Amino acid sequence: MNRREFAKLGLMAGALGIGGIPLGITRAAGQTRGGTLNTIIQPEPPILVTALNQQQPTLTLGGKIYESLLRYDFDLKPLPGLAQSWEVSPDKLTYTFKLFPNITFHDGTPLTSEDVVFSITKILMENHARARNTFSRIDKAEAPDPLTVVFTLKKPFAPFLTAFDCTTAPIVPKHIYDGTDYRKNPANAKAIGSGPFKLKEWVRGSHVHLVKHEGYYRPGEPVLDEIIYRVIPDSASRSVALEQGTVQLTQWTDVELFEVPRLSKLPHLTMTTKGYEFFAPHTWLEINNRIAPMNDKRFRQAVMYAIDRKALLNRIYFGLGKVATGPVSSKTKFYEKDVKKYDFSPEKAKALLDEMGLKPGPDGKRVTIPFLVPPYGETHQRTAEFLRQSLARVGIDLQLQGIDVAGWAEKFSNWDFSMTTTTVYQFGDPALGVSRSYVSSNIRKGILFSNTCGYSNPEVDRLFEEAATATSDDKRQEHYSALQKIMVDEVPVIWLLEIDYPNLMDKRLKNVVTSAIGVHDTFGTVSFG
Amino acid sequence: MMALAQSIGSSRGVAIALAVVRWAVRFVAVVLVIATFNFVLVHAAPGDPAQVMAGQSGSADEQMLAQLRADYGLDKPYPVQLAIYLKRIVTLDLGYSYRQQRTVLSLIAERLPATLLLTCSAFLLSLAVGVSLGTLAGVRAGKWSDTALTVVSLFLYAMPVFWLGLMLVLLFSVQLDWLPAFGYVTIGVQMTPFERVRDIAAHLVLPVVSLGAVHLAIYARLMRSAVIDVAHQDFIKTARAKGLKRGQIIIHHMLRNAVLPVVTVAGMQAGTLVGGAVVIETVFAWPGLGRLTFDAVLQRDYPLMLGIFLVMSVIVISLNLITDAIYRIVDPRVSLRAAA
Repeated sequence: MNRREFAKLGLMAGALGIGGIPLGITRAAGQTRGGTLNTIIQPEPPILVTALNQQQPTLTLGGKIYESLLRYDFDLKPLPGLAQSWEVSPDKLTYTFKLFPNITFHDGTPLTSEDVVFSITKILMENHARARNTFSRIDKAEAPDPLTVVFTLKKPFAPFLTAFDCTTAPIVPKHIYDGTDYRKNPANAKAIGSGPFKLKEWVRGSHVHLVKHEGYYRPGEPVLDEIIYRVIPDSASRSVALEQGTVQLTQWTDVELFEVPRLSKLPHLTMTTKGYEFFAPHTWLEINNRIAPMNDKRFRQAVMYAIDRKALLNRIYFGLGKVATGPVSSKTKFYEKDVKKYDFSPEKAKALLDEMGLKPGPDGKRVTIPFLVPPYGETHQRTAEFLRQSLARVGIDLQLQGIDVAGWAEKFSNWDFSMTTTTVYQFGDPALGVSRSYVSSNIRKGILFSNTCGYSNPEVDRLFEEAATATSDDKRQEHYSALQKIMVDEVPVIWLLEIDYPNLMDKRLKNVVTSAIGVHDTFGTVSFG
Repeated sequence: MMALAQSIGSSRGVAIALAVVRWAVRFVAVVLVIATFNFVLVHAAPGDPAQVMAGQSGSADEQMLAQLRADYGLDKPYPVQLAIYLKRIVTLDLGYSYRQQRTVLSLIAERLPATLLLTCSAFLLSLAVGVSLGTLAGVRAGKWSDTALTVVSLFLYAMPVFWLGLMLVLLFSVQLDWLPAFGYVTIGVQMTPFERVRDIAAHLVLPVVSLGAVHLAIYARLMRSAVIDVAHQDFIKTARAKGLKRGQIIIHHMLRNAVLPVVTVAGMQAGTLVGGAVVIETVFAWPGLGRLTFDAVLQRDYPLMLGIFLVMSVIVISLNLITDAIYRIVDPRVSLRAAA
């Protein structure tokens, strides 16, 4: 049971006639089973059904409610999820999954292979862009018996086994959704999944209250009784909540990066940046390759030389990450480190710009370029200012333009920009999270996170395609290494940083980050002490 | 004589009825104009909700965008969308938020009480304290207590409301641990109704004080100068000459005349009660309408935005009417015609 801490109201409350109220800050102290985890969800998700909405907060919260076939360790190797075992045919076309017995949904109905087939081939194909990209390669999906699922691909797709985490392939109950208008199904409000926690109450604007799913199939899980996700919109208030112990865990950008050094030193807190390996957030300076002078490789190389990315990492990101060296994150497979190096060198940058014929004018400016500042918080704003200062030193004048989320998304996706910054996830494999930003076939106007920079190189296209369908990892590595070398020379975008987002947590909490999807995982084994 | 009295009475009744009808017609017209205006403004901004949702999901394709646009009715031409919207309003249907998967009316109804509790408490607090302090300062004009009150009210007036909120949290929640830092009610604890009321009251203290502080300063300053003005007028001298006690003079003669400018400003302030607390609601994680509005704007949730704007305008128009009525009570020289 929870222990309530009683605090006396003092003078102020007394003066208002409400003295002596016991203020319950629920804390589970010194116990190994049960307890309540208080944490933050920000911004508030519109809906909790991860099959229908894939915004960041939906996925964080929905991971407790919806599970998928597999999990991944920190090296992105598959672990059992709903599937206790799996087999891949030698020709890499047939994948057979065996489910754990006795899995039930929150409404008591057993989860069977039919639910898996329905989720993968119907509801996700219709509502989940990322899943659609992978699962459209499925030729046949069969359920020969209640615990067996067999997928047959049209042709080999190497990262297929990397696409069964709960954010990409959540399994939903067929008996509730089949034949209905998925997005308008009244059951969406109840969010019925098979995860260790089920939805008890969602008070909009205040909190989402999850409680133990009693019939959970893994013995001894979940350890916690409840999880409460609080909606706290102000970042200063979120820091206070953590400092005060009202919440015991933060994720992603709940806490502004400049608060991290201070908060992580508090005696009751600990910090980890593990658990983002699957997403491997990659931040870059996006450059519209269609417009002069940015269509010249030498200009882009000059920008690469002109930015002291180490200083950016230390000053703006407080050391939370590392300098990116190319399109593939060093956290994922197929990363190639032997590529052209761009050390900080304004001289080299100026030499390249001179060579292009971009001479500085009387005011020292060679060219003026508008820069869209992404409206995603303080850190992006500071990054933009840092870039402006850096590039001014070599004669490139950035004009920062503030904009709101919708405006940014519209301008960026419709190629109506010169430069901006963006953070893109790798999703565990270059074929899932990297190629989309650079292959010619994905130059699609109006679509965010497609090839917005307009880079096009037939050789790179070919290498990406062959790497995605190759059946051996050695062959894939060969292709990915080759294309990374080409791309780092051509710099379609300025890769800045691989960001390590912080998870700040109460020291008593155990097993919070146990897999490559970190705080998105089920939290079945999370406990206090 | 009787007939004359009756005709006076009934003509007065007719006048009131006419005023009500005139007011009702004007009310509906204003609401429709506001609704049209809102619609045009909202759709004039670049970017649509489909783009925002796609942007926040980290990946998108044509099918997803097309589906989102169809869900929102964004694939129809603007005039058609506007016509559909106005037709719905007339039947009191504020639409459906696909983002939140709920009807707009239910979303607003859920958040309105929390906002009204917060803003009305702050309004009453600032009015009561502001008027008292202002009166006190006014009758003691020039003395040290007046100077002290003036300095304090200037200080409160100049203070950014979010900063004051955060400072109060640092002092009363983090350092002293007396009051909860944010939220509406303690979550996850079983409470009797009485405990619940006390719990909400405790959560209410800091946001109400922060929100009330600025307005309090305004009322205090207004009241102070009005009291000083009135104090020099002849009828006060007369009252004093009649030998009335100081307290009686202040309450019966000064206050009633000095409070008019405060009523005017308070009436305008009342209009912001519904939507004016975005900052405080954000700092204190108060689940109110201000934040709902803010999120709706950021996310381009068109039906929800339009619904909130409409509800707010209805409330503001109604509050104006109430202010006029209060004016009439405080100062009978204000006529019914003017109020209507």
